[in-house]
Amino acid sequence: MSSVPAHGADRVRVLSMNGGLEFDRGTSVSQPPSTFDLFVDRGFRALSHVGVMLVLLIIALLLWEIGGKALPGMQRAGLGFITGTTWDVGREQYGILPAIWGTMYSSLLALLIGGVAGITMAVFLTQDFLAPRVAAMFRTIVELLAAIPSVVYGLWGIFVVIPFVRPIAETLHDEFGWIPFFSTSLSGPGLLPASLVLAIMILPTVAAVSQDALRAVPFRIKQAAYGLGATRWEAILRVIVPTASTGIFGALVLGFGRALGETMALAMLVGNSNQITLSMFSPANTLAALLALNFPEAGPREVEILMYGAMVLMAITLIVNVIGSWIMLVANREPRR
Amino acid sequence: MSGATADVSIPSLQRAPLERRALVSNFLTGLAWLVALLAAVPLFSVLYMLIVRGGSRLNLEALTALPPAGFEMGGGFGNALVGTVVMVGIGAAIAVPVGILAAVFLAELGSNSTLGNVARFATKTLTGLPSILAGVLAYALVVLVTGSYSAPAGGVALSLLMVPTVILTAEEAIKMVPKIMKDAAYGMGCTRTQVILKVLLPTALPGIITGVMLAVARAAGETAPLLFTALSSSYWLYQDGHLALMQPTASLAVLIYNFSGMPFDNQIELAWAASLVLVLIVLVINVVSRFLGRPKI
Repeated sequence: MSSVPAHGADRVRVLSMNGGLEFDRGTSVSQPPSTFDLFVDRGFRALSHVGVMLVLLIIALLLWEIGGKALPGMQRAGLGFITGTTWDVGREQYGILPAIWGTMYSSLLALLIGGVAGITMAVFLTQDFLAPRVAAMFRTIVELLAAIPSVVYGLWGIFVVIPFVRPIAETLHDEFGWIPFFSTSLSGPGLLPASLVLAIMILPTVAAVSQDALRAVPFRIKQAAYGLGATRWEAILRVIVPTASTGIFGALVLGFGRALGETMALAMLVGNSNQITLSMFSPANTLAALLALNFPEAGPREVEILMYGAMVLMAITLIVNVIGSWIMLVANREPRR
Repeated sequence: MSGATADVSIPSLQRAPLERRALVSNFLTGLAWLVALLAAVPLFSVLYMLIVRGGSRLNLEALTALPPAGFEMGGGFGNALVGTVVMVGIGAAIAVPVGILAAVFLAELGSNSTLGNVARFATKTLTGLPSILAGVLAYALVVLVTGSYSAPAGGVALSLLMVPTVILTAEEAIKMVPKIMKDAAYGMGCTRTQVILKVLLPTALPGIITGVMLAVARAAGETAPLLFTALSSSYWLYQDGHLALMQPTASLAVLIYNFSGMPFDNQIELAWAASLVLVLIVLVINVVSRFLGRPKI
């Protein structure tokens, strides 16, 4: 105590005097909340409830508004909307089967490319291949890939990816044109360039979620595999990846959901032509691109039809995303042994 | 006894780099490197194109002038820059309070209640909501009701996309606050609201700001939800003494989309320059938020 400087000693004395006095009067620094405090408490908690309710309201509104606005369109176009193959506003013929086909085709192709690359990237970043600093650099690159707006990817796709893919596609078409996937030539926009850009866009999602799954694999399982004499890749492919498989599968489903709903890159690169084709060099259409292109200049009658299309897209993505979220929930809940 | 031990042959523990298993392992490692490097190519290609093609056109005129018509030379995207800032601002003004209130509920007030679990699941599902559907909802809720394409309609669409990000990051940040700090505050006789407002939120603030900034960065680049809520415009939001808030509003993202499909070189150059500006905004926000979100001490 003697070493405390005079100034500090003063303050201590003053404080202790005050505290002592107040203590004598039966009060202290801590006290029960006043009526006002309790009132504020009630109010804030109610407000927080409202915040949560608003989130649920968004989901309800999505279903109610889009479903409700689509109802007249559903009555008009019926199930033929989903099975029809022509989209002709002039003749009021609306069929979105080509768009559904294009959505599935481009998303699956993107998932094939982006999924393999994303999982490889996740393995590469979590299984001690790199010095921590290099791994952090690659991780930043993947995260920045996710940060670039899709419209910029679209612009880049038009001026870089299409010119780059075109000669390759021409060669494949000339040499292997009998394979249905290469049966047309790439004249500009098409499924392959669109899917390539889409793959780049879902890679960060797949990589990030897979990394979490791979990190959750207990260290001792890995050590046991190495202890039995497994090489690094035997341990990865036969022990670590299978252990993390639920989470990795969830990552793929979430990536697929993202690909299904992606709009701009596809609207700019897929060619917007309503046809059902196996060829990956052919232009096609997707649901999201169809909505993006037709909504801005739609009249009230066409809006009803487009709302129907939005509902189909919502149903597909909602189902895929709920499955994905649910798999992640299970993957995080199940105890690992 | 001694005979049994003599029968055990000691396996060769030497590394055999030319053995098939080792070769396969090394080959796969090489493949993984190749994939990782290939995945980095798009990022650098995009950045290279933005700097070369966008950088050559980026000047004061591009940042401050109105977009050019058809064959016009020069021009810029000043009104789109303003439009993006205004609409992201409207979106954040809606999404941040709602998101933080909901996050407080999920992290503290009702973290294990049925409502909390349902809302958390709903939020996670909403993160995967296609951005175009946010546009469709805003179209139904705002455009059809007010009867015009407008900046607020675009802002509402963006807020729908920002809310899930804000909630999930803020919830994580609030949950990271040490329990002893909470207990100390309760011990002093604080109400739950006082604990939340005076202890939890101030302590979690860096994490919450990170989430908000990430949401803002994502919203700034969104195009699809603005296409038919804000549409586009060749005029300023504030012109000739009146504010055209309920009129179609330009944004960088929609301008890039519109100009990218035009057959005029001038517009395409401007699309690249606008992309450069947009990516710079997004990347700067990302880097700053990363810096802020870094755990202190």
